[in-house]
Amino acid sequence: MRLPSASAYLLEYFTPKGGDQSGYNHLHYIGLSYLQGAYVASHHFTIVAGDYLIPFNTYNDRLSPIWIGNYQDGPLIANLSYSSSGSGLGGMLRGNAIQRSKYSIDYSYYYSTRSANEQFTASRGSGGRASLYLPEQRLEAGLSYDRLLQGTHENFYGAHAWWEPKDTAFRLRSEFARGQHAEGYWVEADYRTRAFGGLDSLIGRIEPVFRMQQTFRRDTIVSDGLPPMNTQRAEFGFDYNLPHNTRIITSYARQFSSTGNENVWETGIVYRFLFPAWKGKQQ
Amino acid sequence: MSSKQFIFGVLILASVSALAVGAQQNSTLATPATKHSAAQKQAARRQDEGERVFQQNCSRCHTAPEGFSPRISGTIVRHMRVRASLSQHDEEELLHFFNP
Repeated sequence: MRLPSASAYLLEYFTPKGGDQSGYNHLHYIGLSYLQGAYVASHHFTIVAGDYLIPFNTYNDRLSPIWIGNYQDGPLIANLSYSSSGSGLGGMLRGNAIQRSKYSIDYSYYYSTRSANEQFTASRGSGGRASLYLPEQRLEAGLSYDRLLQGTHENFYGAHAWWEPKDTAFRLRSEFARGQHAEGYWVEADYRTRAFGGLDSLIGRIEPVFRMQQTFRRDTIVSDGLPPMNTQRAEFGFDYNLPHNTRIITSYARQFSSTGNENVWETGIVYRFLFPAWKGKQQ
Repeated sequence: MSSKQFIFGVLILASVSALAVGAQQNSTLATPATKHSAAQKQAARRQDEGERVFQQNCSRCHTAPEGFSPRISGTIVRHMRVRASLSQHDEEELLHFFNP
């Protein structure tokens, strides 16, 4: 939703939140993923206030929208940050610290207060992320840090590296996170070919994906969202990008753990639609 | 999962990645050979600039959305200006890229 007369303000929200129900049932719910207002002072400095997605590593605030992700499930380490809900309630500063033709550095810093409200659950904490991007190499690397400022005051560290070669539809993304009691990583590759009539051809719309992930427990305290035992998972996905912002997402995963190995089959269809909640001015 | 199986999995991923990049780099992009007037060239340059902004920012996470009206594109681009820390110039070029 955009305010009509303020060129530098943005008030927006996104819904619904993803669920993790499995099997056939009639469960359904609706919830807010974020509800935030932003003031764009410049591209170096943006102030965000409200309920926002925490910028820890990349998955939570960049890949978790269901119309972006290549898999229905997020990675196992997605919950490994100071807030298991993935949301913060408070303020955030973000922007481009440096932008040159050969490189750019962007940053995010946030502070969140504690909230037990059903729609705005949050823990008190602060943290941030800094990323370096090399546009010629299409290479991005960054570091993240979170600190829980209530209870046990735990620290969380993250690192990510992305490579998306120029003039290709190939992407290689990876992420590592380390918490007080567990750590893990994921590596994901996806590809679409232009060789048979471009990305919008019958063949070009096919998108094979592969993700490898591992989690490790550092001690026996299971206070995060990671599996209770060391776990490895290899996932093979096959997505099809239909016209009009529609995607079919299908994957098979084999998970290995000392508690038992298992297969995970998933398929779904995602249709993205968007309508302005407020009549904006014509650009 | 043994360490041998895991290393084998990583090797497969690396091989697929290398083949994918190689195949893509060998393929040629179709470029229409048409004659442009000065105005058309300027519009094309602007389109290229918008595409460059899109490739260096938006496409790092997702592909281009299809078929949105100029008014909705404005909302999307404003949203992305906050998310990707885009400048006003980038925002204008993106709008032109989505709705030439």
